[in-house]
Amino acid sequence: MAKFMLIVHEKPGTYKGMSPEEMQRIVEKYQAWTDKIRASGRYVVSDKLMEEGGKVITAQKGKLSVLDGPYSEAKEVVGGYFTLRAANYEEAIELTRDCPHLQYGRIEIRQTDPMGCGEE
Amino acid sequence: MIQPQAQVHELVEHLFRHEAGRMLATLSRVFGLENLDLAEEVVQEALLQALRQWPFQGIPDNPRAWLTQVARNKALDLLRRRASLRRKERELEQQFAARQSAVAATEPSGAAVLGDEQLAMIFACCHPGLLPDAQVALTLKAVSGFSVAEIARAFLAEDATIAQRLVRAKRRIREAGITLNLPPPAELSARLDSVLQVIYLLFNEGYSAHAGENLVRQDLCGEAIRLACLLIEQPATALPRVHALLALLYLQAARLPARVDSDGNLLLLAEQDRGLWDQDLLQRGLRELEQSAQGEEISTYHLQAGIAALHATSPSFADTNWPSLLGLYDQLLSTAPSPVVALNRAIALSMVHGPEAGLQSLDELGADPAMRSYYLFPAVRADLLRRLGRTDEAAACYRHALACPCTEPERRFLQRRLEQLAAVVERNHAAIRT
Repeated sequence: MAKFMLIVHEKPGTYKGMSPEEMQRIVEKYQAWTDKIRASGRYVVSDKLMEEGGKVITAQKGKLSVLDGPYSEAKEVVGGYFTLRAANYEEAIELTRDCPHLQYGRIEIRQTDPMGCGEE
Repeated sequence: MIQPQAQVHELVEHLFRHEAGRMLATLSRVFGLENLDLAEEVVQEALLQALRQWPFQGIPDNPRAWLTQVARNKALDLLRRRASLRRKERELEQQFAARQSAVAATEPSGAAVLGDEQLAMIFACCHPGLLPDAQVALTLKAVSGFSVAEIARAFLAEDATIAQRLVRAKRRIREAGITLNLPPPAELSARLDSVLQVIYLLFNEGYSAHAGENLVRQDLCGEAIRLACLLIEQPATALPRVHALLALLYLQAARLPARVDSDGNLLLLAEQDRGLWDQDLLQRGLRELEQSAQGEEISTYHLQAGIAALHATSPSFADTNWPSLLGLYDQLLSTAPSPVVALNRAIALSMVHGPEAGLQSLDELGADPAMRSYYLFPAVRADLLRRLGRTDEAAACYRHALACPCTEPERRFLQRRLEQLAAVVERNHAAIRT
């Protein structure tokens, strides 16, 4: 089965000023969603990315340049990702449809390219 | 990263809210109550980190320990950034080490350590140097982990009003030098009274038929009970009147499920389906009431809990022990006279000596200016008139009640009573015609 990466984009400050109760409800919604994904055997891996720090490296004419970023002042940052198994994009979308994150930001779905290594 | 077969964890209800209160108590002990804002900032950041991390990494094995550790780290960062607080590092380490082992320990030994900190915070929030409104708001914010918006929703106030109230309360804490210590034994009893008053207010706000959101109001009742339980768990505050207050709250809460019908309309005690009363809460209430009897003191909470217990244990409205109830109301009226108590007493009186006697006692009450704009006064009068068959006068009283300020559920209730009365009048007229 193919693997799909759910890239979670978020706007910094989305959760600012939220009450503890509201935060707990969001955590619980997420837990319910990931439980469902895991129970269906579609879960592969997920990671949250650090909010602060980050480096952007570019090489121009053999010269390496390392810049700090992306900054949290940016309009949108990648907060983390989930990798799931799905038959095709259609199914990947179906699995993502009720992800609680959609209330707060967009999710980009990309199929990983096995490059002829064969599917697991 | 979580393993695909990772064990699934569920969060205890209101864990974030209650943990916010507990962490805030620990942090405020280190930072000093004058730096309550800073402590709140750290707590908020720790919870935010959980919110951002747990969706991807799963809920940790011990969420409370996780939150404590993160709060400790964030607090340490903050202390290091602030020269004026840097000397508190060691204290922070000690407090959090104690806290962490308390969180890791199985209850109740851990609960005692944390409860003690929370108790000090409750006493500080209910300090008599603060206005009653401020005491309530601050307790909800600092002990119960409510947000400004949630407090505002519960009290049907503007966010800005509540925010302003909290700012003033915190300023007052600094000016008056209120600290995070339990009151000395000589002052404990008097200080405890203002704490009980705040808990009582919280519960009533949740219990009363305001047009506010149901969920928030239930939370207020639940929170009031939790705070009263916290007082009971601590030996210094487990006094008879605290048991009595907790008994009252349990007994009232037990009747909550029957107070409205499926359409959300308020029901009279006589109309309620007693089968819907929560038996578990009811039994807890009766047990607390028993506990409250150990000692000499009879507080107003004892009397109110006694009244609630009589209702709670009566098989029906008609089979209620009204003479006993009247006796309790008499006692309550003499220790804590209030128009509302007098109104309730008039109802009990009418059940013992008839509606005529009830009306007479209402007439005496009518002189009180507070009664003139209180919707229940004409509403009770209307009901007594109805029982005497004076339906036209009763209808006029209901119309008078509808002209008084009241909430939407209360207005619907009065409207319904008026319509029922009109139906009776119609039936009577029809009977005369045939």
